[in-house]
Amino acid sequence: MASDCGMLSYILRRLLATIPVMAVVAIVVFSLLHLSPGDPAHVLAGDTATVEEVEALRLALGLERPFFERFAEWFLAVLSGDLGNSIFFGKSVSELIVQRAGPSIALSLLALLASLVLALPLGILAAWQAGRSLDRAAMGLAVIGFSLPVFVLGYILIFFFSVRLGWLPVQGYRPLDEGFWPFLRHLILPSLTLGIVYAALIARITRSAMLEVLGQDYMRTARAKGLGLAPMLLQHALKNAAVPIVTVVGIGFGMLISGVVVTETVFNIPGIGRLTVDAILRRDYPVIQGVVLVFSAVYVLVNLLVDLSYALFDPRIRY
Amino acid sequence: MSQAVSSAHVQAPPGAFGRIIRHPAIIAGSLILLVLVLAAIFAPWLGTTDPQRLSPLRRLRPPSATQWFGGDLIGRDLYSRTVYGARISLIVGLSVAVLSIGIGLVIGLLAGFVRWVDAVAMRIMDGMMAIPSILLAVALIALTGASLSNVIAAITVSEVPRVARLVRSVVISLKERPFVEAAVTVGTRFPALLWRHVLPNAMAPLLVQGSYIFASAVLIEAALSFIGAGTPPAIPSWGNMIAEGRVVFQIAPHIVLFPGIALAITVLSVNMIGDGLRDALDPRFEGR
Repeated sequence: MASDCGMLSYILRRLLATIPVMAVVAIVVFSLLHLSPGDPAHVLAGDTATVEEVEALRLALGLERPFFERFAEWFLAVLSGDLGNSIFFGKSVSELIVQRAGPSIALSLLALLASLVLALPLGILAAWQAGRSLDRAAMGLAVIGFSLPVFVLGYILIFFFSVRLGWLPVQGYRPLDEGFWPFLRHLILPSLTLGIVYAALIARITRSAMLEVLGQDYMRTARAKGLGLAPMLLQHALKNAAVPIVTVVGIGFGMLISGVVVTETVFNIPGIGRLTVDAILRRDYPVIQGVVLVFSAVYVLVNLLVDLSYALFDPRIRY
Repeated sequence: MSQAVSSAHVQAPPGAFGRIIRHPAIIAGSLILLVLVLAAIFAPWLGTTDPQRLSPLRRLRPPSATQWFGGDLIGRDLYSRTVYGARISLIVGLSVAVLSIGIGLVIGLLAGFVRWVDAVAMRIMDGMMAIPSILLAVALIALTGASLSNVIAAITVSEVPRVARLVRSVVISLKERPFVEAAVTVGTRFPALLWRHVLPNAMAPLLVQGSYIFASAVLIEAALSFIGAGTPPAIPSWGNMIAEGRVVFQIAPHIVLFPGIALAITVLSVNMIGDGLRDALDPRFEGR
């Protein structure tokens, strides 16, 4: 079919469009190290390295060669999955990141779920009751949620639900193969913490997107033909409001990633965020650089998926 | 992020000033912020002691009549540290907002008017915006070392692209407006064009964006200090205080809660001003 063909070429074009963005990300990340005042060999060898080790690394890096030649070499290595070696662990950075990915993926997915479950009803209710007290309360909550630092909220939740009430574990993480319930129990507070901040952002855009749709003629028609409130709000309005909501979910994903780093520290979750914080404390720059690249790639990928999802929500969008 | 999108084409309608000074959220937010600024300036005279002075008797003490917020892990007065901590957050917020708007304005104007700059600068900005802001700042601080000025610089670098994009979009939409075309046709010089037409139209969205950058810089500084990549531990910043209280959170939650609440109130007040400004400067957002 012609439209399928258009869709395919659109997907292909969007995929191709992410290449320059990722290339620029790589150039920015590479320049950080090579254009900053310090000596790259020294930074990459770490504080404990001997003079000989630094010299050996300087030779290996070929620092006297032109910038773009070194960049091209490094970039090709990155493309083949070689992100360099950790100073502290002596292992490859990609291996470390893959090892630590599980908890971070679980945390971000559950946080995303929590934020949607919180934000969509709140935003829909606020739009439906626009200008009334329910709306003001919901949007007041959203501004507060948006202003709460992730780690402060985390400690407040730990204080009430774990220390005072003793319902949930204070910290820690259990992998999924130790059973679903222990796994989930340890992730409830972290994903709520992260989800609430993200939810504030989504609730606000849900409300304004819903308001826009509710003012349309076809909504008046739907009401006039006696459609119930729930199908009207959910099927007609929400589906039409989906595009801006999904867009903000995508843009806000960067915030979620930053939040993962902080949340894993609060709850002692051994994910990529915790790896980053340990790397900061140990001055393990190759790990920091690798994490920045991987997280940025994830962010770009999520936004690619968001772009591709528009067609699902709005059949009028043809590519 | 979303604010950048939503404030993209805000223009000050007539009577905007009147709406600003009457807007409840702006009044409330400004009052809170004023109290915080006064507390930061007059910190030494607000019943505080030296925020660095150790007193073993105060270690982990809960709040009391003489030590309002109690003592921290090594026996420093938490109330004094919280009041002095306001200085760091406000300095970082203000510096980052001013610097990133200044730099972003220049890049955005150049990109809006000069085609080849547009192509190069905007690709770089896109790449930088794809790096989550805390991580970009972490990498920069890992390279340059932790100091207050490096923290400000690192957060500024991650905020500049948003401002540049915003200014560029204002310039590009203005270039197509009849009054600008007319001004160009009658031979208005470039500086006059900038001063009389472009900057006044960029003011409103930049004001909104600036307040959101302020709030986000305060949050990022605290998060950086919390994960150990921010202000040096010797400086009493709220993020540092929370990081120190982390290990004893279960027996002495007040060490985390007081700076945490101060942080949340600061960010909330600035966000209220930002939301209010957006409402007041753009009638499209009225009641939204």
